[in-house]
Amino acid sequence: MEQDWIWGLVGGGLIGLGAAFYLLVNGRIMGASGILGAVVDGSARETRSERLWFLAGVIGVPAVLMLVTGGAPDTNLTGNWVVVIAAGLLVGLGTRLANGCTSGHGVCGISRLSIRGIVATLIYIGAGVLTVALFRHALGVI
Amino acid sequence: MNLRNLAAVIAGGLFGAGLMLSGMTDTAKVQGFLDVLGAWDPTLIFVMGGAIVPMFIAWRIAAMRRMPALGGAFPPPSTDDLGRRLVVGSVMFGMGWGLAGLCPGPALASLSYGGIGGLVFLAAMATGMFAAPPVARRLEPAM
Repeated sequence: MEQDWIWGLVGGGLIGLGAAFYLLVNGRIMGASGILGAVVDGSARETRSERLWFLAGVIGVPAVLMLVTGGAPDTNLTGNWVVVIAAGLLVGLGTRLANGCTSGHGVCGISRLSIRGIVATLIYIGAGVLTVALFRHALGVI
Repeated sequence: MNLRNLAAVIAGGLFGAGLMLSGMTDTAKVQGFLDVLGAWDPTLIFVMGGAIVPMFIAWRIAAMRRMPALGGAFPPPSTDDLGRRLVVGSVMFGMGWGLAGLCPGPALASLSYGGIGGLVFLAAMATGMFAAPPVARRLEPAM
């Protein structure tokens, strides 16, 4: 538990390097919801293959790390299917309406001092805090 | 594979490895950060801080260059549009994020080890993304 913050900093640094590389080499903002969402809704045409390769890296490198190290961290995802499906729908719809998630608005937006990125991040963290307070401490569902 | 695709898979790989190593694919750590009434877990702040520093430098470098290394253009400046889409969408996203402890990046990064639950979450998330364009037009008809 005490090294958690060190791993957080190291992993965060890798995330930031990935975002910096994508911006400086391809000229693109590294936002997970935007990259996936435009493939899903078909709005990406000439950038489709680039997006699919990005997604292959996001999914593939952790898979390789798991095979090499012989293990993967537990995701501890709830077994309540109603919660899983409702959460997935909200995350998918919400991030596309807001044009960004933790990577796009959070990492890439805050780092360029974007008002939209900062406001979005404050709102989704606030909504997340209230949701956990309500569903964990008041209702005991999660 | 052209160079743009090669750069994309490298960037995606760094992103995925960072999400896995930082602990952000563990929903207990993310919900722990959001759980200010319980055993609060500050790890997410270190992840965000660790990611924002190199990206802050990257934006400065981009401002000094005419174009990205592989050509094309840098993203346009951010607008100050705080419309209904941004607010409603971020509230919905935050609710889903709190309920399951997953956001889009970690949902993708943990696909190989997240089990059937992770797969169901990703399918639901993709469905929500697919449904977004008509909802967006209703929220902001002019856009």
